Amino acid sequence: MAAHKLIIIGGGPAGLSAAVAAVDAGLAPEDILVLERDSEPGGILNQCIHAGFGLHRFGEELTGPEYSGRYIAMARERGIPILCNAMVLSLTDDRRVTFVSPETGYTTVDAEAVILAMGCRERTRGALGIPGTRPSGVYTAGCAQRYINIEGYMPGRRVVILGSGDIGLIMARRMTLEGAKVLAVCEIMPYSGGLARNIVQCLDDFGIPLKLSHTVVQIHGRDRVEGVTVAAVDEANGRRPIPGTEEYFACDTLLLSVGLIPENELTRGAGITLDRMTNGASVNQFRETSAPGIYACGNVLHVHDLVDYVSEEADTAGRAAAARILGNAAPVVRSVKLTTGHGIRYTVPERIDLAEEPEDVRIFFRVTDVFKKVRLTVETAAGAILVNKAKSAAAPGEMESLTIPAAKLREVLASGTEEILVKLTETGGDKS
Amino acid sequence: MTTKELTCVVCPAGCRITVTLNDASAIESIEGYTCLRGKTYAANEVTHPVRTLTSTVPVMTAEGKKMLPVRTNAGIPRESLFEAMKIVRATAVKAPVHTGDILVADFIEPGTNLIACKDFE
Ligand SMILES: Cc1cc2nc3c(=O)[nH]c(=O)nc-3n(C[C@H](O)[C@H](O)[C@H](O)COP(=O)(O)OP(=O)(O)OC[C@H]3O[C@@H](n4cnc5c(N)ncnc54)[C@H](O)[C@@H]3O)c2cc1C
Ligand code: SF4
Repeated sequence: MAAHKLIIIGGGPAGLSAAVAAVDAGLAPEDILVLERDSEPGGILNQCIHAGFGLHRFGEELTGPEYSGRYIAMARERGIPILCNAMVLSLTDDRRVTFVSPETGYTTVDAEAVILAMGCRERTRGALGIPGTRPSGVYTAGCAQRYINIEGYMPGRRVVILGSGDIGLIMARRMTLEGAKVLAVCEIMPYSGGLARNIVQCLDDFGIPLKLSHTVVQIHGRDRVEGVTVAAVDEANGRRPIPGTEEYFACDTLLLSVGLIPENELTRGAGITLDRMTNGASVNQFRETSAPGIYACGNVLHVHDLVDYVSEEADTAGRAAAARILGNAAPVVRSVKLTTGHGIRYTVPERIDLAEEPEDVRIFFRVTDVFKKVRLTVETAAGAILVNKAKSAAAPGEMESLTIPAAKLREVLASGTEEILVKLTETGGDKS
Repeated sequence: MTTKELTCVVCPAGCRITVTLNDASAIESIEGYTCLRGKTYAANEVTHPVRTLTSTVPVMTAEGKKMLPVRTNAGIPRESLFEAMKIVRATAVKAPVHTGDILVADFIEPGTNLIACKDFE
């Protein structure tokens, strides 16, 4: 049975960044193996041809393929082995990885560390509840993105989009530029889950209406979609459609952009503890899961909207895995739990493992609602403020972060606090 | 004096920027940006909005036709996006092609190019 020191599952931006960081932290490239089930590395960014990636990492506005291209080049420069067409089938909590590939056949390896970087997939569940026929012409937005950007054909001409997630917004623009007519984007919530920039440049630029608090109540058509019925929903009444508000749109395509879910079948199979809010593993600040030596980063851990943060998180995991293998990780003295207070949906990490000499820890989190004028605070259970910042607006679609400085963590260590709270305070202005 | 509230679209951070114009519609102040690109964006947005165009063009490779992602290397006027797409649709290339290769020079505006975003050998 072959032994590999570090196995990385997934060759998207997360897996590649983690591999590069591990080498830069001193691990020999030949001790690493990146397993990617697709025929090329790069992950989902290969189909995200729009711009806006990498401004923070590279100081340039890149497209998805360019961003992943940079990481593929960095991995190649360092001589990191990437095995494509390799599908990981199972993982155990003691780091035994089983995969199949045309080159190696059915293979089992034992690793000293494993990094999970399997990304996420699109939710389709939102659609299952829609009454009506099941004609062709209903796609997830990411699936349409793949058809157009990789396969090179247009899935439809008159389009309604259900859900205002970023991929749906991006596809509204892409299909409009390709000559399709996008009639409306319907969002069941009173706010969009997409980034503000995408609403501006994908909808507003083209006069595409965003119908908030609206949903698709019926799909019409036998073999192919012929139209959809859209209705307003009642916020106060469990978002049920309001009779009398129905509007019919004649269209041949319905795109679903109702969110992403981390792809954690392997994680679950290994018995690793998952977080109910993120659907990803519960981790410490090094992105180590409940199974020692198994790390997770990128969209498999929690859905990111900025790939730059994916790379940053993957660097952390890559460095930590290298430190474990090289035996130079600082021993943990005490663990502190992070809890979510008012207005906070989740945090990553959920736990900080403090060493004798703590380092800065950056906390990523999402808020529960759309807020104006807020203060975001990280404090100890006793109310000692570790870090805070004021913001003019906060929304669930945009990930927030705060960095707890090392000096404050030293105080936490000295004080014996076992819990740290992340919370949001509204500082005036209406909640909208 | 008028103020305009913008959302910077240059990167996903989506900073909210406030531009104040004086009575002659000249920029008085720009606030709220995190980096200089945001400042430039805001100044352009209130005078002549520009956008980076991204699309795909067919590329002939040894393994048949593939799609090559492309983009403009600078913003083009927002109102010329559809005209630009006509040129994109009339463009096709042959491998080898590399990231950064100029496919159409002086695209829409002098000095702006349509460039490749992926390598095909
Ligand atoms: C359809 C879609 C569109 C998106 N569009 C955008 C966007 O426009 N902008 C944006 O910022 N973000 C977008 N995202 C989020 C985007 O995924 C992240 O920004 C970034 O790509 C995450 O990187 P990653 O490496 O974590 O995941 P991915 O890029 O998804 O990479 C995961 C890799 O793991 C591989 N893998 C999974 N399971 C296995 C297995 N069992 N064995 C072997 N390999 C495996 C996959 O093939 C894939 O290559 C999109 C996501 C999706 C699903
Ligand atoms: S100002 Fe800078 S950081 Fe903020 S959105 Fe614009 S480009 Fe991004």
